[in-house]
Amino acid sequence: MSEEQIKNLEEQFEARIARDEKIEPKDWMPEKYRKTHIRQMSQHAHSEIVGMLPEGNWITRAPSLRRKVALLAKVQDEAGHGLYLYSACETLGVSRDELYEQLHSGKAKYSSIFNYPTITWADMGAVGWLVDGAAIINQVPLCNTSYGPYARAMVRVCKEESFHQRQGFEIMMKLANGAPEQKELAQDALNRWWWPSLMMLGPTDAESIHTEQSMKWKLKRKSNDDLRQQFIDQTVPQAELIGLTIPDPDLKWNEERQSYDFGEINWDEFWQVVKGHGPCNKERMKARVGAWEEGEWVRDAAMAYAEKKQARKQKQAI
Amino acid sequence: MSKNWPLWEIFVRSKNGLEHRHFGSLHAADAEMALENARDVYTRRNEGVSIWVVESVNITASNPEHNGEMFEPAQDKVYRHPTFYDLPDEVKHM
Ligand SMILES: [Fe+2]
Ligand SMILES: [Fe+2]
Repeated sequence: MSEEQIKNLEEQFEARIARDEKIEPKDWMPEKYRKTHIRQMSQHAHSEIVGMLPEGNWITRAPSLRRKVALLAKVQDEAGHGLYLYSACETLGVSRDELYEQLHSGKAKYSSIFNYPTITWADMGAVGWLVDGAAIINQVPLCNTSYGPYARAMVRVCKEESFHQRQGFEIMMKLANGAPEQKELAQDALNRWWWPSLMMLGPTDAESIHTEQSMKWKLKRKSNDDLRQQFIDQTVPQAELIGLTIPDPDLKWNEERQSYDFGEINWDEFWQVVKGHGPCNKERMKARVGAWEEGEWVRDAAMAYAEKKQARKQKQAI
Repeated sequence: MSKNWPLWEIFVRSKNGLEHRHFGSLHAADAEMALENARDVYTRRNEGVSIWVVESVNITASNPEHNGEMFEPAQDKVYRHPTFYDLPDEVKHM
């Protein structure tokens, strides 16, 4: 194809998206669109999968059967989210194996929030309430993104997320209304998860690359700072409702903006964690790679069994 | 050894009276496992009463680059639609 033809196709392509048309897997697309989508969708899938680890940590120690079935169901949903997203990503011509390889080798990123430890039961509350809460804010606009398989996967994901957040908030509420020691546990969890949850919505707009292109392709509908403000504005009253204090001395209602002003985010910490120096980066990768490697004989055995069954069927047919 | 599990397309009938609809895809060693995995991945909340699995390599898809030859011929065949036919207003129930 000549350069002119490509330019022409690109213009038509952008116009289709501007008209709110969806792009489907076999449609022509600019190479950059394909690559950007593989990157964002796989990062998203990796986050769902690695995201199971901090919560999986508490399944066996949940304080009641009710909490245990809920947490188990939530973690199972996250596995499902990872699978929807991996298969949506595969429609762009990348294999599952390549995607895993990128995660395991450290080439691909996942959400930095999952590199923080879950040290008390209250962390299950804080994660559901804040981390899933921030994830929902990120994900809802993606239900209208331009790439069909991604948009469809996100519709399913978003439908399932709201129970995650509610079960988390319920845990926090119970603890906050409990004995002083329980309330302390809840407050401590909020103190540790608040700032990482704000960071989860991404670097400030001034430092965020890709934003303009991503807006055009509807991979992003609002800027990181807008999403963060939305998260803060909706979460502060929830904390107040259960008598917990947001760990930010600069947090203040701004009558004029009809929004909360908030303190400085420690971006050094964010970049440290992104670069692999968070409290649990190594542990997470070790668990993930270990599960993959130790599961190899199971995958091989299943394949061998399937082939044997197939051969037997063919023999019977003769 | 490491031979990858093939990819399967999953179709789910959400309730009797409706058609099976494409829900997504997943990897499984064989059809039976694809069915079991599809149950866990796509119907955790009663989304279905019946599942079809088809190995993805068995699907032949039309090429959107040929959409012109493929679908445009239907565009000028307005006589296939009821509105093409002029009838007096007095004709009822038609
Ligand atoms: Fe999720
Ligand atoms: Fe979730």
